[in-house]
Amino acid sequence: MAELNAIELDDVVKEYLSHGEVVQAVKGITLGIAEGEFFSLLGPSGCGKTTTMRMVAGFEDPSRGVVRLHGKDVTDVPPNKRDVNMVFQSYALFPHMSVWDNVAFGLKQRKVPQQEIRQRVGEILEIVDLTGREKRRPREMSGGQQQRVALARALVNKPRALLLDEPLGALDLKLRQAMQIELKRIQREVGITFVYVTHDQGEALTMSDRIAVMNDGLVEQLAGPREIYERPATAFVAGFIGTSNLLAGTAAGGVLTVGGGRVLVPEQNGQVTVTVRPEKITISTEQPDGDVSAVPGTVAEVVYLGTYNSYAVSLADGAEITVFQQNALDSTTTAERGDSVWLSWRAQHSYAIGS
Amino acid sequence: MRGRGLGDRLLHVYTWLIIVWLSSPIAVMILFGFNDKKSKSNTTWQGFTLKWYGQLFDISDLTVALRNSLVIALVSTLITVVIGTMLGLAIGRYRFRGQGVTNFLVFAAISTPELVMGASLLSLFVSGNVPRDANTIIVSHVLFSLSFVVVTVRARVIVLDPALEEAAKDLGATSWGTFRQVTLPSILPGVLAGAMLSFALSIDDYVVTSFVNGSTVTFPLWIVGSVKTGIPPQVNVMGTLIFGIGVLIAIATSVTARRRA
Repeated sequence: MAELNAIELDDVVKEYLSHGEVVQAVKGITLGIAEGEFFSLLGPSGCGKTTTMRMVAGFEDPSRGVVRLHGKDVTDVPPNKRDVNMVFQSYALFPHMSVWDNVAFGLKQRKVPQQEIRQRVGEILEIVDLTGREKRRPREMSGGQQQRVALARALVNKPRALLLDEPLGALDLKLRQAMQIELKRIQREVGITFVYVTHDQGEALTMSDRIAVMNDGLVEQLAGPREIYERPATAFVAGFIGTSNLLAGTAAGGVLTVGGGRVLVPEQNGQVTVTVRPEKITISTEQPDGDVSAVPGTVAEVVYLGTYNSYAVSLADGAEITVFQQNALDSTTTAERGDSVWLSWRAQHSYAIGS
Repeated sequence: MRGRGLGDRLLHVYTWLIIVWLSSPIAVMILFGFNDKKSKSNTTWQGFTLKWYGQLFDISDLTVALRNSLVIALVSTLITVVIGTMLGLAIGRYRFRGQGVTNFLVFAAISTPELVMGASLLSLFVSGNVPRDANTIIVSHVLFSLSFVVVTVRARVIVLDPALEEAAKDLGATSWGTFRQVTLPSILPGVLAGAMLSFALSIDDYVVTSFVNGSTVTFPLWIVGSVKTGIPPQVNVMGTLIFGIGVLIAIATSVTARRRA
């Protein structure tokens, strides 16, 4: 028997009335999040990811569909009776309370005995590395510390799932990277299901077990980070996650002719769109041999980016292809602007995508 | 040492003039509470005494009037704060049908001349056959101080992060628990400011009260009534004490505000 999912959404729709018109923020989402999973809802702003999370927390009522927590229908259960906790984008720490009182708030509401509150608050503050700062007010702390208080305040209740709404958005890059690793560690330590809302693909790829890429109120692809990156299901996913090159045309006999070169594609015949990641492509001056995709072009731009170079290569038909090449010591090909080059990649690195 | 410019010095003098101008009536009031007056009127200085403090409650009508004013001010402030806080929360937080009208009425109540308000309240009570007494005074005072509480509370509500209340609910607090533990402490400065305004407006109101008092006499009504025969120094002493309490409250508020900030 399959284990019960921590969270299940069954064809959930959220409609708003805006200036007399019905607007669908979420257009029917069905997904299941497993127990202990680090699950991300990733998408651009306005894609419905935050609305989806707020329906799980109970702050928004779905217009249609069912929300289940551990198999129990909670669609009509108010947020204070749902066994999930949320970390807000603004942290929403209570400014008139100390760190300790903030963290103990949830346990007090549930009338947990004093002795146990003391123990659990102490433990969780140790996990988030804030021991000794119990008496501080939130405004006396740095952004990163406030972030950890917000995390502790939610986790101390041992919720069935923790919902995080762009929790690292307000932190600077260095701190954000440190907190990503920290979050992952904490999640492993407490073993609670994390649902993470973000528009930052790097964040989602770093931390998640699985990612739902959302666009315009729908899930475009639901898969692990590697799968999403290596095998984007749609043009949107390919474009939103990292950089990718799209090549389209009519294939004949498993070959797509593009700008004087041949691209090996999975489909034998017919209209096809494939995506190729820039780092999968090799630049060479000679036409490569063997059973690979090979396209001639002219280097239009070279950008030095430290660990790698980024080349923009123009094809004969005017299309431009981005290529990343690692700055290795024995880097053999250092093409210059204006050079005529060949681009090649293996057959398995061309992925056909739906449009 | 760098000499200050003429402009700076003028500003200095100007500031002190304003301070003297603002505080001179209060100084005179306090001073004449210590005047050892022999004549009927208390307008010329005739020597220092503390006897009026000893005989503070010797004029029984005045004592009754002061007590009436204090009770009316306390009760009307309490009612005003409860209704005004709810109204301020509603206007500041939610979008609802009739919000524009409510907003307009709140400001209309502030800008209505007291004479107009007093006269129309009187005709309302008379036509409704409501006997005029302390109750009608309280109702009227709630009416004109309500807007001030609404405005001060609303100002706090507008800057309150709505996520705070969501966080409280998310952590298991009931609606009442959320209000008591999170919302109220956050808007408390606005509530207190409104309460102080409302108390101050009530305790010295003359115009509206004079229309709706029936036979109840309040502190301001008694003073105005005694102008012809001469205001006794006890009035100065009572005024001094009320002022003193006000100053203490103001200091306490700013000290706690500084500690919270």
